[in-house]
Amino acid sequence: MFGLLLDEFASAFSAIKLIFWDPLFDESFASYARPQLLVKAGPIILIAVGLSIGFKAGIWNIGAEGQYILGAIFGASVALSFYPQESIFIFPAMVLAGALGGFIWGLIPALLKVYFKTNEILVSLMLVYVAENILASVSQGLLRNPDGMGFPGSRNFKDYPSAFNEEIITNSGMHWGVITAFISVILAYFLFLKHQKGYEIRISGEAPKAAYFAGINPSKTIIFCLGTSGLLAGMAGLFEVAGPAGQITISFNSGYGFTAIIVAFLGRLNPIGILLAGLLMALTYIGGEIAQLMLGLPGASIQLLQGMLLFFLLATDIFTNYRLKFRSL
Amino acid sequence: MAEVLLQLNGISKSFPGVKANENISFEINSGEIHALLGENGAGKSTLVKMIYGLMQPDSGNMKLVSENFRPSEPSKARQSGIAMVFQHFSLFDALNVAENIALGMENPPKINDLSQKIETVSKSYGLPLDPKRLVGQLSAGERQRVEIIRCLLQNPKLLIMDEPTSVLTPNEVTTLFETLLRLKKEGKSILYISHKLEEIREICDFATILRNGEKVGSCTPKNTSAKKIGEMMVGKSFSSPSRKNRTFGEELIKVSNLSVHSKDFFGTSLSNINFSVRVGEILGIGGVAGNGQDEFLGALSGETKTSPKTITLLDRHIGHLRPNQRRELGLRAAPEERLGHAAAPAMSLVENTLMTSHSKDVIDKWGIINFKNISTKTSRIVSEFDVRTPTLDNTAASLSGGNLQKFVIGREILEKPKVFVVNQPTWGVDAAAAAFIRQSILNLASQKSAVIVISQDLDELFEICDTFAVLTNGYMSRIYELGHLSSEDVGLLMGGSDLDLDSHAQT
Repeated sequence: MFGLLLDEFASAFSAIKLIFWDPLFDESFASYARPQLLVKAGPIILIAVGLSIGFKAGIWNIGAEGQYILGAIFGASVALSFYPQESIFIFPAMVLAGALGGFIWGLIPALLKVYFKTNEILVSLMLVYVAENILASVSQGLLRNPDGMGFPGSRNFKDYPSAFNEEIITNSGMHWGVITAFISVILAYFLFLKHQKGYEIRISGEAPKAAYFAGINPSKTIIFCLGTSGLLAGMAGLFEVAGPAGQITISFNSGYGFTAIIVAFLGRLNPIGILLAGLLMALTYIGGEIAQLMLGLPGASIQLLQGMLLFFLLATDIFTNYRLKFRSL
Repeated sequence: MAEVLLQLNGISKSFPGVKANENISFEINSGEIHALLGENGAGKSTLVKMIYGLMQPDSGNMKLVSENFRPSEPSKARQSGIAMVFQHFSLFDALNVAENIALGMENPPKINDLSQKIETVSKSYGLPLDPKRLVGQLSAGERQRVEIIRCLLQNPKLLIMDEPTSVLTPNEVTTLFETLLRLKKEGKSILYISHKLEEIREICDFATILRNGEKVGSCTPKNTSAKKIGEMMVGKSFSSPSRKNRTFGEELIKVSNLSVHSKDFFGTSLSNINFSVRVGEILGIGGVAGNGQDEFLGALSGETKTSPKTITLLDRHIGHLRPNQRRELGLRAAPEERLGHAAAPAMSLVENTLMTSHSKDVIDKWGIINFKNISTKTSRIVSEFDVRTPTLDNTAASLSGGNLQKFVIGREILEKPKVFVVNQPTWGVDAAAAAFIRQSILNLASQKSAVIVISQDLDELFEICDTFAVLTNGYMSRIYELGHLSSEDVGLLMGGSDLDLDSHAQT
């Protein structure tokens, strides 16, 4: 009986080791997994930094996934319309287009909120499904690879050097998206530390009435927050589709937009915290894949872990501020 | 000889750094209206909270009808027959009277039965109240009736009333007093907390006077002069505010045809308000809260925008400007609600100073905040307005009400506004701080500014204002020279009738 329990502990421990330790330090996995860490963390951090700006103001953009998809579609469209010309301006143009796509998709809930007082949580979330349908449509239609023998999906950017988001240092996982994510962390840190806009965002979330009294325009704050988070999510989508994913397909998006919500909270809405939380979350993705392979754990179990992470974190917040009290009858 | 209902023996209670109550003993007889008198911060609230079970004394004991009494929570106190009407009502605007009362009950009966009960009780005590009306539509006096009836339904032996008249018009006060006397006749006791001497002399049988947490005396108010009681209450005399010159200059701010539709469902819309204030003038706006004061302040501060010509500041039309633009032109405001409106609770004092500072030395043209300069500014507010705080990084919420109020007022006054609008400058502030705040308002006026003070405290307005008007149900009375008004006149004005005193009216 006791031996059985010990076995359970041992196997639980080895699963944890497999998920959190082996991807970075076990020789058989590390060569593949280490670069993946940055590849996965990059977009998540980039999106989460954008989301945290809105969350601090009490503006809940739940639809980063949609903005991410739209960014990818916009950016990819620019590249594909230039195909097969080669120019160093193509990639920057794609980045701008990606940012614009996410920005527009983030602006829809913002303007609806400002002018019609709609709830941004619902609108941004529903726009994810709209975006997914647009993605399905363009990957089978507008952006489909003409040489792809009728299969859905666009041309692969790996075969189009001007548009490909290549690794900057070989085998590091470091691509332009990761660099942008790091820059966004630094800028967001500065924004909240020293800049008027960051102050306005914080006070808007903290005490909306006081913010209004201070003369801060709530509409501008809403537009800034949803616009910025959309813009960053759009860029993340473009970097992903032009690099690691390689092409627009029906399901190239892998839920980073939703994972980033967890990361934003896990990082306590602090840019540095988000950087660390993003790396941790990326690790669970990779570890999860390895566990799926080696232990036959179902793929959903790692999502379960991620969900529990957020759940317990929010519970911690509740219990630090409130005490459980059972009503005596 | 009446029997003793509640007896307090050597009650003491301390909070970190403060002795709120020290060794307080007194008795309340049945069928007695017992006054608990004292300045703000004298320890009245702490004491009644212990009787009502919201706090427990550190030492000392209480006896209720000669049995030991130490309620661990309000429901225990209620079971023993003690009820309390708080100064701030705990009612939900969107529910009706009966629903509100049911919410506060341990085992509420069916709403129809309750409604009937409410009607019976309200009629028998001369407090007419329709159980089906929404609380949001009731006046302050009617809301208080809801609270009183909520208490009476428990059939209490002792009713505690915390500053019951502070929100009432003179007429409503008369109705309240009739009810209290009726309760007394039935043998119920009332513990009546106030700092208004005349009221206490009118209806109380006995008074216990607190100062700085200690009992400093007791008396039979009817046989003691107001002056004597006042001396016991205040102890050392605070230098009452004074100002040197009272000469008025040119017109600084002019408001014409100001009408504002309240955004709040239960708010009061303003109708066609006209007035002007001159250099050196302090205009007092009296009236019971909820008659449009918040909307009035919002329209002046810029939180509510109007058409440009409604408000003129030194020949500039500013009705359409935002709060920060108005501040730059020299119009500053301090709203009533300190936490959440005038200040952000979880932010530091430095960050709260930043709320109403927009000058170039604080935020440069790139939007970079100069924290060194803003800290200097904050420490000036803290030192000149005697804000007691361990550091400048303490949050606004960590300050006591009086200290935060000094901070909020100081923040605006140190910017030397041309026109300063303040709502309830000394609400819930202790006597020393209140005197200080009033003095700084007077100083501002004598430095060639115009001040508009909105307050429910008529004594305060009489003390510092030059001219006076009343806001009733969104309408503003004409402006009168304060020196010519008697308190009866003010009562009439608050009732909504204009006085026929043309000779006093300001033109």
